[in-house]
Amino acid sequence: MAAKWRPLIDKITGEFTKSLLVSAWFMFLTFPLMVIKVRPLERTIEWRWMNLVYIGVGAFFLSFIWRYLMSRKDGGGSEEEGESWQKKAGLRIRTDKKIYLPGLAAVVAFIVIFPFIFSGYQTQIMISALMYVMLGLGLNIVVGLAGLLDLGYVAFYAVGAYCYALLNHHFGVPFWIALPLCGALAALFGILLGFPVLRLRGDYLAIVTLGFGEIIRLILENWNEFSFGPSGIAGISRPDFFGMELSLREHTIYLYFIIVMLVLFTILVVSRLRNSRIGRAWIALREDEVACQAMGIDKTKTKLTAFALGATWAGLVGCIFAAKTTFINPASFTFMESAIILSIVVLGGMGSIVGVMIGAFILILLPEYLRAFSEYRMLAFGAAMVLIMVFRPQGIISGIRQRYEFHRAGQPEGTR
Amino acid sequence: MKPTKPALDVRALKMDFGGLRALDNIDLQIYHGEIVALIGPNGAGKTTFFNCITGMYEPTGGDMIINPVEREPVRINRLKPNVVTEHGLARTFQNIRLFHKMTVLENVMVARHCRTKAGIAGAIFRDPKTRKEEKEMVDFSYGLLDKVGLGQFVNELASELPYGAQRRLEIARAMATEPFLLLLDEPAAGMNPKETNELDRLIMRLRNEENISILLIEHDMKLVMSISDRIYVLDYGKMIAQGTPSEISEDPKVIKAYLGETFDA
Amino acid sequence: MDYFLELFLGGLTRGSIYALIALGYTMVYGIIELINFAHGEIYMIGAFTALIVASALSLMGMSGLSLLILAGLVAVIYSSAYGYTIEKIAYKPLRQAPRLSPLISAIGMSIFLQNYVLLAQTSDFLSFPALIKEFEFMEPISHIMRSSELVIILTTLVSTALLTLFIKFSRTGKAMRATAQDKTMAMLLGVNVNRVISVTFIIGSGLAAIGGVLISSHIGQINFYIGFIAGIKAFTAAVLGGIGSIPGAVLGGMILGWTESFATGYVSSDYEDVFAFGLLVFILIFRPAGILGRSTSEKV
Repeated sequence: MAAKWRPLIDKITGEFTKSLLVSAWFMFLTFPLMVIKVRPLERTIEWRWMNLVYIGVGAFFLSFIWRYLMSRKDGGGSEEEGESWQKKAGLRIRTDKKIYLPGLAAVVAFIVIFPFIFSGYQTQIMISALMYVMLGLGLNIVVGLAGLLDLGYVAFYAVGAYCYALLNHHFGVPFWIALPLCGALAALFGILLGFPVLRLRGDYLAIVTLGFGEIIRLILENWNEFSFGPSGIAGISRPDFFGMELSLREHTIYLYFIIVMLVLFTILVVSRLRNSRIGRAWIALREDEVACQAMGIDKTKTKLTAFALGATWAGLVGCIFAAKTTFINPASFTFMESAIILSIVVLGGMGSIVGVMIGAFILILLPEYLRAFSEYRMLAFGAAMVLIMVFRPQGIISGIRQRYEFHRAGQPEGTR
Repeated sequence: MKPTKPALDVRALKMDFGGLRALDNIDLQIYHGEIVALIGPNGAGKTTFFNCITGMYEPTGGDMIINPVEREPVRINRLKPNVVTEHGLARTFQNIRLFHKMTVLENVMVARHCRTKAGIAGAIFRDPKTRKEEKEMVDFSYGLLDKVGLGQFVNELASELPYGAQRRLEIARAMATEPFLLLLDEPAAGMNPKETNELDRLIMRLRNEENISILLIEHDMKLVMSISDRIYVLDYGKMIAQGTPSEISEDPKVIKAYLGETFDA
Repeated sequence: MDYFLELFLGGLTRGSIYALIALGYTMVYGIIELINFAHGEIYMIGAFTALIVASALSLMGMSGLSLLILAGLVAVIYSSAYGYTIEKIAYKPLRQAPRLSPLISAIGMSIFLQNYVLLAQTSDFLSFPALIKEFEFMEPISHIMRSSELVIILTTLVSTALLTLFIKFSRTGKAMRATAQDKTMAMLLGVNVNRVISVTFIIGSGLAAIGGVLISSHIGQINFYIGFIAGIKAFTAAVLGGIGSIPGAVLGGMILGWTESFATGYVSSDYEDVFAFGLLVFILIFRPAGILGRSTSEKV
């Protein structure tokens, strides 16, 4: 009888010991930072022993969960199943009109009534989230489709924001005229950055784009005559609505619908680009640069269009950002911003539109609604990024390629 | 059936890597409609030769001139790979280089890039002209896939194809650029005898039906001997022999170069 | 002339710190091709640990050289332990993942660690005790060079030399080089790749901690955010020199240090970073793989 239970008991004690070791390790690791707190002025040390207990107990239990999830992930089979389940569900949702149409109607209805049933504050947050959807989709062209790792995307965002802010400040240029100009100027900057970095690969490209982003920010910060330095530009006009006077709330709702329309436009553009001659060239470039060139694709031109188009979107959103906050300064355009946008793309699933949208909502709404935990929110945010990547490295939704139905041989017909 | 001007005319081609001469005074001509094989032991410089012709390497010296049908001759030294492809040379790779995360059809459609025009505006607005071009592209690509026997795989990801099919997809992809000269780098590598047989027929058919010339690098001597019109033999960067299959199989220099390697022709 | 020398030595000091951190980037990149964004945070944790230990010990009455050595040692041990743990949690499960996933995981880890220190300690600047006292023999040249600068430069020199010897001659060092060349092949030849990666993180983190302790003592204050900026600069240095190359990391660090120092001294401190990144872009245009990096053309 006893022999029968032996392996189970061994396993339990084994797991138990493992967790104990992990717990001890983390107690050691966090000891100086979590327990000791020096008060230099009073010249005293505060010993916070309770923290050590929390860490020990927390690590003990979390290590069970961690190992359980790891073993499930490594189990392999379950993952494949999940994949195919996701594919099937995706296909079903997109092809079956009975699910597709009511679902779409519900989403549309929700989007339309959202600003009227929720407070102005909630609407503001939603506007932010939608702005990041646009930024994510724009960066997705560069990183997700063309495979060019851009860590300085925020530079183009800044270009757009300052373009509108300065035009508005000096010449009173209205939002609707500035918007396309911002996009165009950002595109120009995209090409400007693109040229010198064409020869660079992978991570070299990453650090140069990062440097470019920092250079733009530092110039904005220090060139006082041009950009008003760290104090920034205030009093930027909100979007005008046929010259009517709007209250703050009306302005918010108006801006909300502007951004919704722009997001829809972005989705349309990106999804069409993705399955176009240019889009396929981008993906081919990402997959294999050598083969791509050998198939007659001009690497230079293809990379530059990706940079320019990606930048255009950042420029557009920059313009909206300036109009939304009516005040901008260089502090909004730090590297962290680029990192967040990149995370949206990778977390959501590179190349997938729905994925990028989900990624944007998670990364922007999560910290907002975690405000209840106020000071812990960025901690949780960082941890969430690590955990999502560890347990779902390919991102939340993986990109799906267009399928073509061929009814009879030689009679192909593209379908969606 | 040899017109005066060869489709590809390579004269005194040299390629140095640092102090190492990988190709030494190579002369090679391919006439329109010919199937020519380039053989030689491993490391002889065959793939380097391909890379020079296709613009991936910049040769140290010599001339490479193409004479497309009914067009002006072009010297292709120092042209970028994509420009060379536009001029009508297309290649496959020794270690298959497909676009793995694209579907089989898309792989071929990518290669139509240089023969189509749709720009960004076209992609966004999908005007009738773009739609027509896209439809033609799909039809053309599907036709090619059907021809190489991959018609049923169009929507599969390229990486999910069996090995032999991936090789054929590479050929279809190269054909989609509408070349007048197709360069095949070890197309039969890793194939079983049945697949090699099919490949044999496919290459012949491409030559006969599509009216192109073919230059292939191959180790499978049975394949080489059965389909080549002429054979060039490369050894240590030097062209040591050329001639018809029967001439080559009896050439003492060739046999010496291959000593130690299986030469079962 | 004195001003020039002062700037030169200031640049050398800065460059030494960049080099110490850049070594960790370059080693990790050489082996698993990951930009370890959390590396700057390791450096910051090293500085914090040293500060805490030094403060606690000095309250207990300890001082002088023994304090510096003890605080430094504890900082190195802890930073190494953090580096090891971070690799196990955030990167090891992602070995087979798409290329960008570990990078995002690293960015997440970096955010996490910053906020961890912020919550566990403080968001304010803390003054860091000057652990390195002014030496008497440095008196005549004290107007151009401080003792702490001398210590920083010498420590960097010694650490780099030791690291080079270690990688060249030790068993583990050879295993590291083999792993960097070809992970699969190394594994087949019996190299314990997981162990090699762990050792790489431990050594890199230890070097970053040394840099953290020395520069904090030199500048005199720290906060939870110092790792981020230093990390980016050090990564720039690593790329400048040719990422994956150890002499490259040192050279890149020095060049970056001098550029910043001279730009600050002769132009304006506002544009110090613009010069640093501008130089990076400029050099990469002409040498796309960095100064000492070998550009590997892909085999077709």
